[in-house]
Parts: sequence; structure tokens; C-alpha cells
Amino acid sequence: MTAQTEKHEAPAAELGKARLRKEDARLITGQTNWTDNITLPGMLHIAFLRSPYAHARITSVDVSAARGEPGVIAAYSGADFADEQGSLPCAWPVTPDIVIPAHPPMATDEVRYVGEAVACVVARDRYAAADALSAIEIDYEPLPPVLDIRTALDDGSPKVHEAGNKSYEWVLANGDLDAAFRDAHVVLERNYRQQRLIPSAMEPRAVVCSCVGDEFTLWSATQIPHILRFLLAVVTGIPEQDIRVIAPDVGGGFGSKLQVTAEEVLAVLIARRLHRPVKWTESRSEGNMTVHHGRDQWQRIRIAADSDGKIRGLSVDLLADMGAYLMLVTPGVPLLGAFMYNSIYKMDAYSFRCTGVFTTKMPTDAYRGAGRPEATFAIERIMDELAAELGIEPLELRERNWIKHEEFPYNSISGLTYDSGNYEAATAKARELFRYDELRAEQERRRASGDPVQLGIGISTYTEMCGLAPSRVLGSLAYGAGGWEHASIRMLPTGKVEVVTGSSAHGQGHETAWSQIVADQLGVPFEDVRVLHGDTQISPKGMDTYGSRSLTVGGMALVGACDKVIAKAKTIASAMLEAPPEEVEFEAGVFKARNGSGASKTIQEIALATFAAHELPDGVEPSLDSDATYDPDNFSFPHGTHLCATEVDTETGMVTIRSYVAVDDIGKVVNPLIVDGQVHGGIAQGIAQALYEEAVYDDAGNLLTTTLADYLVPSAADLPSYVTSRTETPSGNRLGVKGVGEAGTIASTPAVVNAIVDALRPLGIRDITMPCTPERVWRAIQTAQGAQQASPAEQHAARQSDQTQGNSPQGMVTESGDAQTGGTA
Amino acid sequence: MIPAKFDYVRPSSLNEAVSALAGGGEDAKVIAGGQSLLPLLRLRLAYPDLLVDVGGIAELRGVSDQGGTLRIGARTTHYDLVGDPLIAAHCGLLAEAAGTVADPAVRHRGTLGGSLAHADPAGDLPAVILALDATLTARGPGGEREIGAADFFVDYLTTSLAPGEILTAITVPKLGADWGYRYEKFHRTAQAWAIVGVAALARRSNGQVAEARIGLTNMGPVPVRATAAESAAAGASASRDALRSAAEHSGEGTQPPGDLHGAPDYRRHLARVLTGRALAAAAGV
Amino acid sequence: MAEITVTVDGVSYVDNVEPRLLLVHYLREVVGKTGTPIGCDTSNCGACTVLMDGASVKSCAVLAVQADGTQITTIEGMANGELHPLQRAFHEEHALQCGYCTPGMIMAATDLLKENPHPSDQEIRDGLEGNLCRCTGYENIVRAVRRAAEAGVSE
Repeated sequence: MTAQTEKHEAPAAELGKARLRKEDARLITGQTNWTDNITLPGMLHIAFLRSPYAHARITSVDVSAARGEPGVIAAYSGADFADEQGSLPCAWPVTPDIVIPAHPPMATDEVRYVGEAVACVVARDRYAAADALSAIEIDYEPLPPVLDIRTALDDGSPKVHEAGNKSYEWVLANGDLDAAFRDAHVVLERNYRQQRLIPSAMEPRAVVCSCVGDEFTLWSATQIPHILRFLLAVVTGIPEQDIRVIAPDVGGGFGSKLQVTAEEVLAVLIARRLHRPVKWTESRSEGNMTVHHGRDQWQRIRIAADSDGKIRGLSVDLLADMGAYLMLVTPGVPLLGAFMYNSIYKMDAYSFRCTGVFTTKMPTDAYRGAGRPEATFAIERIMDELAAELGIEPLELRERNWIKHEEFPYNSISGLTYDSGNYEAATAKARELFRYDELRAEQERRRASGDPVQLGIGISTYTEMCGLAPSRVLGSLAYGAGGWEHASIRMLPTGKVEVVTGSSAHGQGHETAWSQIVADQLGVPFEDVRVLHGDTQISPKGMDTYGSRSLTVGGMALVGACDKVIAKAKTIASAMLEAPPEEVEFEAGVFKARNGSGASKTIQEIALATFAAHELPDGVEPSLDSDATYDPDNFSFPHGTHLCATEVDTETGMVTIRSYVAVDDIGKVVNPLIVDGQVHGGIAQGIAQALYEEAVYDDAGNLLTTTLADYLVPSAADLPSYVTSRTETPSGNRLGVKGVGEAGTIASTPAVVNAIVDALRPLGIRDITMPCTPERVWRAIQTAQGAQQASPAEQHAARQSDQTQGNSPQGMVTESGDAQTGGTA
Repeated sequence: MIPAKFDYVRPSSLNEAVSALAGGGEDAKVIAGGQSLLPLLRLRLAYPDLLVDVGGIAELRGVSDQGGTLRIGARTTHYDLVGDPLIAAHCGLLAEAAGTVADPAVRHRGTLGGSLAHADPAGDLPAVILALDATLTARGPGGEREIGAADFFVDYLTTSLAPGEILTAITVPKLGADWGYRYEKFHRTAQAWAIVGVAALARRSNGQVAEARIGLTNMGPVPVRATAAESAAAGASASRDALRSAAEHSGEGTQPPGDLHGAPDYRRHLARVLTGRALAAAAGV
Repeated sequence: MAEITVTVDGVSYVDNVEPRLLLVHYLREVVGKTGTPIGCDTSNCGACTVLMDGASVKSCAVLAVQADGTQITTIEGMANGELHPLQRAFHEEHALQCGYCTPGMIMAATDLLKENPHPSDQEIRDGLEGNLCRCTGYENIVRAVRRAAEAGVSE
């Protein structure tokens, strides 16, 4: 194929259409196929016994009594699987000397987080399985937990693993940072906390495995059926061709089901032993402990700028909590953010360092945005700080620094080439929809009158790198897989179309959007297209769904496959129309001879003729079916401007979002309903991080937020309505599309926190640690008001003690290096 | 996720229920709506051997007018309380507070008696009952007795109900037209428990608050009356400033818990602020 | 074991069940109505919401024995030859993505509109406070319930 493929000028009838979803029919009527719905003859239920200690040696496990419990068929400890369970994989060894500890699916000698599986029972029903767990006798020798990555690298800290608590250190640096900081008019340093989150998809995980002969079928609530199949083969040694993985209906993922889990591996091993189908379904409290967690970083950011606010350099230093083990992409998540701290801004020097540290907690891994929300948070927060420091209007400061519309494609200081963007247009639109000037005026009035309810305005101008990913780039980062995607198109004799995609939707509406793309490309009716996915026996090849990749990579694979179908059809059409191929045009599903004869053939007629194969030209295969594997040449860079207005009740600390406006540019839109839905859902999760969510461990390493009563996922009553709009700056691929799945989350968290801080800045407050609970807001106000009455020495002492909690105004380092007070003049 | 095993009976009369409970011994529990009990059972935080389901006993549900008081059957649901015309007319505080419990589906099942017998100080209704100086009726093997609200809540999740006793009714005063009320619930999300809640009643007279009753939710192991604030409010002018002043005494003498959702000093602060707001609302200012 | 008679989506079932069997497990695994999912273990998420004698309840917080003699309506009983207006509204407003919360959301919305046939947006949000969704951010769910209300649903 040449670089310039023929442009097929079919009218873009489907692109941009608000098609209602094909998926809905089964979902709104309860005719769903969640993994937990699956029942197979003779199926048994697995229940896991889990460690109550954050760190302990297992001194003995006795499952014999459990074996005798009613309904129990088998009971196992880690020793039973020691020879076959291998180690759960980490597919991203980010540095050559990274420490990747062995990670047995079921612990054998030592447990390293509360919830780690130590034994299991297999019983005839789930109630009997739950009962039998209490008959397992297990003795532990508790060891000291390691819970704070800020001290875990100190001499004398207890060790999570023999090799020590440091997993890796990764750096990226471009430009002369020393010069940038030395010559700058102002240098600010801030420390921010990215709290640990629990992804909380609504569907708890479930696994069903059946082993018939030597063939395995695994149903799992997973985002990654293809990758899971491959890695199950690697971990267990079972030949890959003997494993079939099916992701049936999956109830949300957000990265939490982008994993190879202990329960999946163990279900396979147990099914193999018993030669009976087995099922495991987690409870929510089990999942809060054992589904991988998100975020968990301490961030130190330093920015150097001129007096007019032009950024000269940015330096980022992260401590990232890996948890007890490295799971599938655990160490790489912070690195995805490494390229994004510089964000939409121009600068000549940038450095990033990340140290991955082990703790005796659940491992962290990908959660919506995976590294990029953390980056956007840090830069957007410090931009507001810089604006306040220099007395420059915060939107103005951003504009002075961002990449101008005409400068794209743009090579960022972190080494990426941004494809396209128009930050001016998105911001102007957001500003207008938000009534920015009116709200600023109201803010002034409330400040002047000393209103106990203050108004804050938060800004978040962002870009993000999604559409994972060009395989070469992944290789350069030591990521263990490629970033391509696969699609195949089958033209059925009746003219209908089957599309097999390597993407694996779990709410994103691919069945609908892919139908739209193929309908456009082939000129067939939307209704005539069926999209198949999620089963490795049906979809032979794929890299699955995460990282906002499926449209930009999977959609382009569809286009490539359609191109090939059309090329094959054109050859046959040419023969049937008795015109040379260069005289045959294809438009809206019809092949026409350009010789004025008026003769034409629909693609459906070609499909039927191909099936009959009575009169095909010599050498032409009787098939239009084609597939394509597409490897993107770049990430895609959606961008946007989010504005948030918060009311802060200074008497109680309660924060209410008054208004939220999002203008996002995600390139060309395939289905505006789906896009809006992704933005809404993304914003909700970002707001939830800002205000509500935190995974909290106590001093012994017990997770306190094990239920939805304590881990606060907001309901409709707790969230505002969102005003969403778009600008459209096409990307470089043929569809002109960019990703959207994570953008809302990436943008929203700093918009909310910036708004809260903006409301309280006149009091001398510069930061509130997330989640910005009413108590934290109130306490910051108390501290600030107390500080204003305290002497400078008392204020300094208060800041020093606050620093360890990462929770309060930080001193500013001036050119002379002296710490200065943070209060108002 | 899955409760441990238990036996279950569903008596059709109160006497049968009392016998069944007595026969069940220490590990028998009453279940009404189950909205407090079932989550505990599912997390295996409780292991009763026998559940006595009072759901089929008609006499335990409903609101009746007793002249100067209202008698509320223990099995009356939160939903019932919200919609009951007698409650609305004579004891609106109870309806207002019941309407803040959890969510609509839980309110369809959860009962007043169940909430009170469960005695979670973070629950909304114990503080309301305390502020109303309600009387609780219990039936046991020894017969029937009345317990004043002030004597009912003994400790965290512990009431003065004797083993084998079933809470059958709650009697609340009819509030006259000169009484205003407000249940002020402070929580982070709509479903969340109150970090602090304030049940306030204020009797208005000539531009003053003649009398105030204030019950506090989640300020200790049991609901508490904010007696110092009540005294300060009595005779205060019905103005925001005066009532805020009185409210400064709210929480005096309390030992509020410190947990994931609030530290003791924050709770004490909230009690003061929310009491001021609740009193103002109750006083109509 | 106890014998219970429960009418589910118009059909009467007689079964012997353990007292501890949760109604949601009875529906899913004994009656075979897998349309009602389970999302948590503390009655917070609302995915398991069904109607019991016309009122919304969280079926994970009801014992099957407590449902003896009652009429249960699940998501599978909502369409009557054609989609219920709420089902149609959810579809038309793109008020679902993964669909896991949808059955409970629709059942809760049914109860909401029965109680309040013309709710404001805030009343819709408050009425759905017991149902969590992680995908949609609720924006389109509110629109769907409003649309169904405007179409005149109050069952």
C-alpha cells in the first residue's frame, strides 16, 4: 500500500450523527450477560480467604477442616499451587534495573497487603463456600507494615521485599534547567498530594472458567480479553491456542479491569484440577481491598518564570506508591504523566523524576487517565499559584504561555509532537458559556461584603496524550506490548456486514460507533452492520480497550479494512461493469462506470456475486473479506478548557459546585451522544476525586474504606449539571478523530480544586489536600486565620509542622532563597 | 456479602413474637425492615441464631391520635412517617428527619422502631426522639412497660430494652402551633450518615424563644440533648445573632467521636454552627 | 428451610429457601431473573433495586422469606409488549453506558415518578440519591427521567 491511499468520497452521512445505541436493547431490558449471570452444569463456587494483616509471615495453613464442611468439594492453600501458579505479570519494566518482586497469585510464605489471598474453598454454592472459610486454620507472624512512601526509603524502614522498598527511579530531562531556574524572576515550589483512589466500577469482578479436556474457556469481567489470553498462557504454561477468553457484558472498567488478576489465574488452575466449571464473584468490600487502586503520589513541582509570567522551566519530582507488588502496568502509570506536566505550555527546560516505592498496600495501577490527571493537576494548580504570585489574571497567564493555534504540529519540551489544537477557541467559548466576567464580579462583591459563603473560580486548560499508542514509542519506554489495533470486515452474501474488532468495549458504545464508521466507509446502511468483539475465538487479534485508544487506533483499523474491501470489490465491479478499474468510481456504496453507460453495481450485489463466484475474473479470490492492523504514528492530543465555580461555606467548610462548563476539542466527532456521555462521566469521576474519594488505610495497614458507605462515590444528588460544548480541530488521521474517554477526568479535578483555593486565597490559603472535605477546608481556614494573628515565627513553625501533612501553604523560594510568609500583604 | 445461617420465624401476633424471642435466648434478634440489620449480617458483623420477623404484625404499624400525643407503631416505616397527615400536622420534625434517612428505597423498608432499637448514634431518629422527650413502649415476657427517651439510649448500639423485649410503640407529643422545628443534617454526600445532625424545637412567644429542645446526632455514643444550649436559648430573642450565641453552648460536655468523617473538634464546631442554624430555622428567622 | 410464594413479573413461584437467602439471590439464581444485578454489600449502590408491592426496595437488603406473599417487579417485567416509557427515555437520552446500574436506576425512577409525576431536576437527582452510576455522570439520566415525566409516566 502506498502512503497515499485512494480517498473514497462517500458522503459522511454517519460521522457526527447522534445515533442511538445498538447496545441498549439488551441493557435496558435486563437481557444482559454479565459474568456473574453465567451458570454452567456442575459449576462450583470459589471463595477466597484473605489476609487480615498488611504484612506477615504465614507460619501454617490447614485447610483440612474446610474440606469437610457441607457442600465443599475442595480447599486449597498457596502451597497447593506453588509449582504451577507462577507470578502475576508486570508488563512494563520501566528501567533496566527495576525491582519486580515475585507475585504469586496465592500467597505462600508471606502476605504483603490486607486482602491478599491466602487460601480458598470450592463449594457447590456460594453460600456454602462463604461459610466454609471460617474452618480454615491459618497462623501468621505479623511483620511491621510499610505505609508511607515518604519514609519507606529511610534507613531502618521495614522492608516490603528483601530487595528493599525502592522499585525504580526514572528520569526525563530536556533543556538547561539550571539556567532556567537561575535566571528566572520567580521560582515557586509546591507540594501536592494525589490521594489513593478505588476505581469502583459498578460491576464487581467475576470469573468463570471451564476446562474440557485440555481446552480452557475463561469468562471474565475484563477490559483485556486478548492480552489476558496471552498472559495466562505465559503465566500458567498452558498453550495459548488452548485458551479462549471471553469478556461478556462488562459493567465498567476505567482501567480497573485492565489487569491480570490472581483470581483469574487461580480459577484456571482450579478448573484444571477439578475438571469442573468454577465461578468466583467478588463482593464490593472484597473488591475495594483487592481491585487495583489508582493514583497515590506525592508531587514536588517547581516552576521558574519571568516577571511577565512566561515559563522558563519546570521540574517535577514524584514519589509513587506501587503498593506491595508491581501489577500489569503499575510502574509505568506515573510515567504516562511524565510527558504531560508541561501540558499546553511552551518552555525551554523540563525535568521529571519518578521514584516508585513499595508499601504494604494493594498495588496501584491504571485508573482513568493513568498518570495524566496527576500531571494536569500539578501544572494547572501551580499555574494558578504563579498567577497569584505575579498578580496576573490566571486565564491571561495561561494564554501567554500556551501553544498558539498556528504553531501546530508542535514539538513539546517533553519530546512529543502535538498534532493539532486551538486553545484560544476552546477557552473563548468556555469563558462565554461560563459567564466568566459576571462570576468574577460576583466574587468581588462577596469578598467585599465578607459573605460567609465565598465564590471561587477554577480553571483547567489541558491537553492529554491518548490513543495508546505508537508501538515504537511503547518499545522505547520498555512497555511490554504494542499499540496497534485490528479489525476485520466480512461481507455476507446477503449484503450485510460483520465487523470484528480487537477493541473490547465495556460501556463505550463501539457496536454503535463502529457501525457508523463502516456504514460511511462502505456505503451500507447503519442497521446492516453488526459488530463482534470481546471473544478471542471470534476476534482473533486485538490490543483491547483502555487509554482512550479504541477510536483513534481501532477506528483507523476499521478504515484500513474497509479500504481493502473496497479495493477487492472494485476489481470485481470492474469486470462486471466491463470497464477498466481506473474508470470505476465508488460512492455511497455504489460502483459506477465513468463511461456514461449508467451501469452500476451496489456493494451488496458485488458481495453476492463474490459468494456465487460464477463469473469472477481469473486469479481473483472469491472473497471481499479483509482485515487490517493499524499502528498509529502518534498519540492523539485532545484538549479543552474547563471552568468551575464553587461556593465555599466558610462556617462549615462545605463546598458546592455552582457551575461547571467544559469545552473539549476531541477532533472530529463520530457520535456526539457518546462523546458527551464520556465527558459527563469523566467529569463526575474527576469531581469525585476533588471532593469525595480517598482510599484510607489505618496505622496497621487495614483498609478503612472497604464499603461504599465509607468510600464516597457520589450520586446524582451530589453532582451538578454540566454545560458541555466542543470545538473541532481535526487530528491528522483520516477520520480526523481523537480520543475522549479520559479527558473529562483529566481536566476536572484541578478545575474544582483551583476553584476552592481561589475562593479562599484572600485568607492566605494556597492549597487544600484532596479530597477537599468540609473538615479540611474548615481546618485550612482556621489555620490561615490563626496564622494571620500569629507572629511570623509562629507562622513559620506552623508551616513547618503542616508540611509533613502536605496540607498547607508552602513557602515561596525567592531569588535569594529565603523562605517567605504566605499570608496576604 | 452472605449472612451466616440463622433460623427464622414470622409470628402473626405480638404475643407470639415475644414468646419466640424469649425462646430464642441471647442470640435471637428482632427484624423489622432489616435496613440496619441486614448490612451487618451480610458483612458478618452479627451472628444471630434466630430472627423474629415482626413484619406480619399489623398492630405494630400505623399512627394514631391519642389526644395530646401521637402513638406510632414501631413498625411504621420512614416513608410512612414522611407522608402521614397526623405526623405532618402535629409532629413535623419527625417527618422532616425521617425524610433524610438514607434514600427512598431504604425508607420504604426501614422502620422507626428498628432505627431506635438499633441505637446507632449516627442515625437521625434517636436524636429526634430524644428532643421530643418521647416515650417508648416495650413488651416482654414480664408484660408491657414505658421507657422515657432519656433512659432509652444507653451506649453505642445499646438500649435499655431487656433481653426478650420488643419495642412496640413510640409516643410523641403533639406540638402546638407555637412550636417551630428543624432537623439540620450535615453530611458529605446524600446517602452518607450525618457527620453531625441537630434536631431543634423552639417554642416562640412574643418575639422570643420561650423554650428550646435540641437533640444532637453523632456527638457521642448515644444521642445527646444540648442542655446548655437549650438553657441559653430559653428567653433569647428570636434573632439569628441571639440564637447563634445560644448555640455556642451546643456540644458542651459531649465526647464526639473522631473517625474517617470528622475529628472531635470539627464535630464540636459543627454542632455549634448547625445548632445556630437549626434554632434560627425553628424560630422562623 | 421455609416455603415462600412470590410473584415475580406477574408469575407466581413457590420455593423452599434458606431464611438467609437474599431476595436478590433468590431472583437471580432461583427464579433465574438475572436482569437485576448486585453492585455492593451495604445497600448503597442501588443496582439491585426492584419494586415490591409497587414500592422500590433494594433487593440485597431484603430476605427472600420477607418477600413471601408479595409482588415483585424487576427490570425484566417493565416492558409490556413494548418498552416502558422510562426504558425508551433512557435509550433516547443515552442515559446508560455500561448498563450495570440501569435496571436499578429505572426501577428507582419508576418509583420516583409514581410519587412525584412532575419532578424538578433537583427532585430527580434527590430521588435517585440511592442509585450510583460510575459511567454517565448522571447528566443524561436526569434528562431521561425528565423526558419520561413529560411523556406522562406515573405507574
